[in-house]
Amino acid sequence: MEHPKPEKKGFPEEVRHKLGGETITLCYQCGTCASSCPVGKVSEKFNPREIIKLALLGERQEILSGDAIWLCCSCYNCQERCPQKVEIADIMYALRNIAMKEGKIPPIYAEFANGLMNEGRIVPLSKFLEKKRPELGLPPLKPAGVEALKKILSASGFDKIQQKKAEAK
Amino acid sequence: MTSYALFLGCTIPARQPHYELAARKSLTKLGVELVDLDNMTCCAPPPVQSIDLETGLSVAAYNICLAEEADLDIITLCTGCFESLAIANNLLKENEKLKTRVNQILSSAGKEFKGSKEVKHYLHVLMTDIGLDGLKKSVTKDLTKLKVASFSGCHALRPSALLKFDDPENPRKFDELINALGAKSIWYRNKLKCCGGLLRGYADDIALAIARDKIVNTVKAGADCIITLCPFCFLTLDMGQFLIKSTYKEEYNIPVLHYAELLSLALGMEPKELAFDFHKIKVDSILTKIS
Repeated sequence: MEHPKPEKKGFPEEVRHKLGGETITLCYQCGTCASSCPVGKVSEKFNPREIIKLALLGERQEILSGDAIWLCCSCYNCQERCPQKVEIADIMYALRNIAMKEGKIPPIYAEFANGLMNEGRIVPLSKFLEKKRPELGLPPLKPAGVEALKKILSASGFDKIQQKKAEAK
Repeated sequence: MTSYALFLGCTIPARQPHYELAARKSLTKLGVELVDLDNMTCCAPPPVQSIDLETGLSVAAYNICLAEEADLDIITLCTGCFESLAIANNLLKENEKLKTRVNQILSSAGKEFKGSKEVKHYLHVLMTDIGLDGLKKSVTKDLTKLKVASFSGCHALRPSALLKFDDPENPRKFDELINALGAKSIWYRNKLKCCGGLLRGYADDIALAIARDKIVNTVKAGADCIITLCPFCFLTLDMGQFLIKSTYKEEYNIPVLHYAELLSLALGMEPKELAFDFHKIKVDSILTKIS
């Protein structure tokens, strides 16, 4: 494949040093991932081979500000089948993690983050169903460990990601 | 009797009490004791991993710590929870550097991941603790007229290197567990392909197109119902049929049941003891067929 322009060589290295991104430089562009992808079957907007090519060419801005990295459905089909053992689905996470750190947070993910930080759950409980539990014969729900979780989210820097979003605006 | 720490996760208690009810009833009836622990949280599934992988591993490891303290292995119902927790458990057991980093984070909450416990999907528990023969002997209801399209969802199988559950390209366990109940698991096109569920909320049109494929393929194969393991697959395929009707003007009405519900019926529970009212697509055709 083509080689990245000298000023763009940094991005593959950046991804490779990110958790999940370690195997990106092993890709030889065979396209097994693209032909195994259920999203690619129904939409032209997502092609895992193309995303990895752009990343290897150092097209940081195009990748991070685009829609494509958010269209992986995390089914891991590609990763199972890659002859080079490129961890493609994990690379999508690594690319999303980089975008997030720069405040590029899709609204649905901001909702998940809020749920996790405030209630310890990304899907909020329904008051209606909580009340209905005894009637259904279900035991009361145990409390979520919100306090412990807040400490963990602070220690991992997760709580700062929301601030990044505010700064990016 | 074997005991496990039950990891309920977010979606099941918030949206699918019918799943929780059937799982609790059937597993208890088979002699599996489910222990509800205090202070568990979200498992940190793909949406959290998308924000920060290291946080995802830490949150999953925190929950595993609670089971370690209680000296219990974890049993999950939700396939998404299974994936997040099993990946973290196996990855941290294998990768000392990552374990040290995660334990630094966990120390803020006074926890330490030791790697002393297992994370099992309840299918795994049925396979190992009850066994196919044990299951066959427990069946009291005749399900032999039932042709089912099984759909385990992606995260019971993949990434197989870390989940270590079944062959990712030719899985058998789920179908064997269905056949052990007397029902017949049938082949359909693209059986192992994703339901698209994780794209809901970000790209609803793409998610629905993928779900539609799954529904069409199961109907074409002549299945009486779809059997799921994962609450997201269930939501995508059950409520999804309403969305397919409004978007594509196509009506399928194929019932979707969780495996735990099929198991409960096979063990002789009456439909009124379960909570089928929470299904969007009515399951009456299935209940009639087995009555």
